[in-house]
Amino acid sequence: MLRALELRKDFGGLTVLHPTSIDFLPGEVHALMGENGAGKSTLMKIVAGLYRPDGGQVEWRERYTEFTSPHDALVAGIAMIHQELMPIPDLTVAENITLGAEPCSGFGLIDRPAQLARAEELLGELESDISPTRMMRTLTVAQTQVVEIAKALGRQADVILMDEPTAALSDHEVAALFRAITRLKARGVAIVYTTHKMDEVFRLADRISVLRDGRLVGTAPAAELNPSKLITMMVGRELADVFPVRHSPSDEILLEVSGLTREPAYRNISFQIRRGEVVALAGLMGAGRTEVVSAIFGLQPASEGQICLKGKPLSIRNPQDALAAGIGMVTEDRKGLGLIPALGVGQNITLSALCDYGRGPLINHSAEAAASESQMTEFAIKATSPSQPIAQLSGGNQQKALLARCLLGGPDLIILDEPTRGIDIGAKAEIYALIQKLARAGKGILLVSSELPEVLSLAHRIVVLRRGSVSATLDAAATDQETVLRHAMPL
Amino acid sequence: MHTLDRNLLHRFGLLLVIFIVGLALSLLTDTFLSVANFTNVARQISINGILAVGVTFVLLTAGVDLSLGSVVALSGVACATFAHPGEHSVFVPIAVGLFTGAACGLVNGVLVTRGGVAPFIVTLGMMTIARGLALIFSGGRPVANMSNELTALAGDLFGIPIPVLCFAGVAAAAWFFLRNFRLGRHIYAVGGNENAARAAGVPVEKVKLFAYGLCGLLTGLAGVVLAARITTGQPNAGQAYELDAIAAVVIGGTSLAGGVGTITGTLLGVLLIGVINNGLDLMGVSSYYQAVIKGVIIVGAVWLDRRQARS
Repeated sequence: MLRALELRKDFGGLTVLHPTSIDFLPGEVHALMGENGAGKSTLMKIVAGLYRPDGGQVEWRERYTEFTSPHDALVAGIAMIHQELMPIPDLTVAENITLGAEPCSGFGLIDRPAQLARAEELLGELESDISPTRMMRTLTVAQTQVVEIAKALGRQADVILMDEPTAALSDHEVAALFRAITRLKARGVAIVYTTHKMDEVFRLADRISVLRDGRLVGTAPAAELNPSKLITMMVGRELADVFPVRHSPSDEILLEVSGLTREPAYRNISFQIRRGEVVALAGLMGAGRTEVVSAIFGLQPASEGQICLKGKPLSIRNPQDALAAGIGMVTEDRKGLGLIPALGVGQNITLSALCDYGRGPLINHSAEAAASESQMTEFAIKATSPSQPIAQLSGGNQQKALLARCLLGGPDLIILDEPTRGIDIGAKAEIYALIQKLARAGKGILLVSSELPEVLSLAHRIVVLRRGSVSATLDAAATDQETVLRHAMPL
Repeated sequence: MHTLDRNLLHRFGLLLVIFIVGLALSLLTDTFLSVANFTNVARQISINGILAVGVTFVLLTAGVDLSLGSVVALSGVACATFAHPGEHSVFVPIAVGLFTGAACGLVNGVLVTRGGVAPFIVTLGMMTIARGLALIFSGGRPVANMSNELTALAGDLFGIPIPVLCFAGVAAAAWFFLRNFRLGRHIYAVGGNENAARAAGVPVEKVKLFAYGLCGLLTGLAGVVLAARITTGQPNAGQAYELDAIAAVVIGGTSLAGGVGTITGTLLGVLLIGVINNGLDLMGVSSYYQAVIKGVIIVGAVWLDRRQARS
C-alpha cells in the first residue's frame, strides 16, 4: 500500500538517511528500530510530508506521490504522531483533537456538541477519562500524549506513523493504546511504529526494520528475531579507527556529585570525575542526561544534592557561577543555547572570556582579535574571516567554534552534551582527538552522547541513566554496547 | 556588528536616499540649501536624535520602549518645577529631569527582567502612567517661569545650538560604548540569542536593566532640552515622540528582533526623517498630508532595506 523507494535525506551536506526502501502493508504493525539518530524519525517525517526527500520517492496506492506538506499527507490518508508533542496549550482537549478537522454546521461555524462528542468517542477508544473540555495546558505529559494519539486516530487515516508514542505513558495507558492498535489493524490500517522498548516491539510488531547510521540493516518478520539478535543488528557496527588512545587518569578527584535530585527529571545522581578522566553519561532520550549536566552548569539548578569541585562545595545558580568556578559546557542545543547567529565567529568565541581581553569595562580589540584568531587556527575553524557571522558556517565549524569558546576560559571541568551530533565524520574525529588531548592535560570531561561506540571508545567510565536514576556505573574497557543498552532500556 | 559589506551597503543606500531627497528639496525650494536652514534641521532633529540613540540600546536587546514621549513630558515638568528663577542652582533642575527619566527607565527594566512582563506591555503601561503623573504634578497646566540659566540650554555655544551639541555628544559616546565596552558587546549578544548569551555567562538581566535605564536617562535629557527650548514644562509635550524615534532606528537598519544595528545607522535614520520633515515644511505641505507622506516613506525605506537584505 505504502512504499518508501530509495528515500534519501541530507542536512547541511550530511546524509542522515541513505537511500532506503521499505514496504508497509495494510493491517500490519511495522516497527522501525535503531539507536537515536539512526534515521527512523527522518524516514517517517518524509512519508508524513514534513520533510522533502533529497532523493527517492514515496509510492502510495501504486502511484508516485510527493507530499509537499503534512496537510497533503493527511488528506491522502497518512497521519503521524510526533515524538515531540505539539499541543496548543490554550485550547481545550476537544479543540486540539479536532484541530484542522472541526465538525462544522453551515457557514463554517464550529458545531460544538459534535466536536465534544467526537473527542469523547476518540478518547473512549483509548479508554481514557480525560475531560474534552479541559484546557490542554492543565494536562500531564502522559495525558498530552494520549490526546495527540486520539488526534491522529480521528483522522480516519489508512496509515498511522507513531514515533515513540509510549515514551511518556503509564502501563495502563500503553495497554489501552495496544488494544486500539489491534482494532486499527483489524480495520486494515497500516501502523508504522518506533520505540526503544524491546517488550513492546515483540508484543506489537508483525515485521521489524532496523536502521543504523541512516542505512537500512534489514527487514524481518518479528517471529524470526529475538531481543539479543535485534540489539546486535541495532548497534553492530565496526568501531572506526577514528578514536585516539585513552590515557589513564590521575587519582585526584576533580568533581564529586552526590545526591543530585530534581523531580521528576532525575533523582539521587552521584558520581565522581578524576583529573584526566572522561566520564560518559549514557542513556536513552528522556533518561535525564541533559537535565543532570544542565544542573551542574547552572542552566537549571537541582533542587537537592551537592556538587564539589576540587574538594570545595559549590553553589551554582547560573552559568556565570559555573564558569567562575571553572566549569565549561558545550550544550546539546547548538542553535538555542549556543550560537549568537548575527555576531561574527570571533566574537562568538570570545563571548565567555571577554573579561580577559581588555582593561576594566573596555574591550581591547587587538588582544581579542589575536585570541579569536589563534583559537580559529588551533581548532581549524573554516571561515572567511573572524567577522563572518557564525550562522553562515557549517554545523561542524559552528560546533568547533563553540568548543573554542568553552575552552578559551581554561575550565577544569568540561561538559560536552552530544558534541558530535549532526556533524560530519571528519569534524567528529577532530573532536575525539581534542577530548583525549584535554584529558591528557589533566582536565575532567563529562560526556553525554547517544552514540554508543563513541561512549565506549572515549570514556573511561560510563554512568548509565534509566528514567532519571543511575542504573549502572560501568568500566568502559570491560563492557560492551549490549551491556550498556541493557542497563539503559526500561525493563 | 554583522558583515561589513552589508553595513556599508546599507549606509550607502541610506545616504543615497538622503542625498536624493536633499537634491530634490534644493531644486524644489530656494531656502533648503542654506547654512541657516541646515542649522535649523540640526536643531529640529536633536531631540528625536537623543531619543533614537537611547531606544537603539533597548531595541538591540530585542525589547521596545513605547514610553519615550510621556517620559519626555514628565521629565520636562519635573525639571521646570525646580527651575524657577532664584530658587536653585541650574544643575538641580537638570539633575531632577535626568533622574526622573532614568527612574522611569529602570522601572521598565525591572518589570521586564524581574517581572517577566513583555516589554511592549510594560512600556505601554509606563506611557500612560508617566503622562498621568506629568498632568498630576503640573495640575494640567504648563509649568512656566523658568530661569534664564536653564532656558539658555536652548541657545548657542560657539555658534552651535546646545541641543545639537548634546545630541552629537550622546551619539559619539553611544557609538564608542557599543564598540568598545564589554557591556556593549553583551547587548548585542543578549539581543541575538538571549538563552545562548545566558549559557555563555552573560548577565542577561543586568544587561537589559542597563539598556532600559540608559534609554530612560537619555529620555530625561531630551525632556530637559525640550523644556528649555519651549521655556515651559508642558505636560502634554512629546506626544508620539516614541514613534519617530523607533522609526528612525529601524530605518537605520536596527532589527526589531534584536542583536543587529548600529548608532551610525540610527544617525542616518534620524537625519532622513529630519530632512523630510523640514522639506515638507519648506514646501508648505499641509500637516495632514505630511503625516501621510512621512508614513509612506518610513514603511518604504524599511521595505527597500529588507528586500535588499534578502537578495
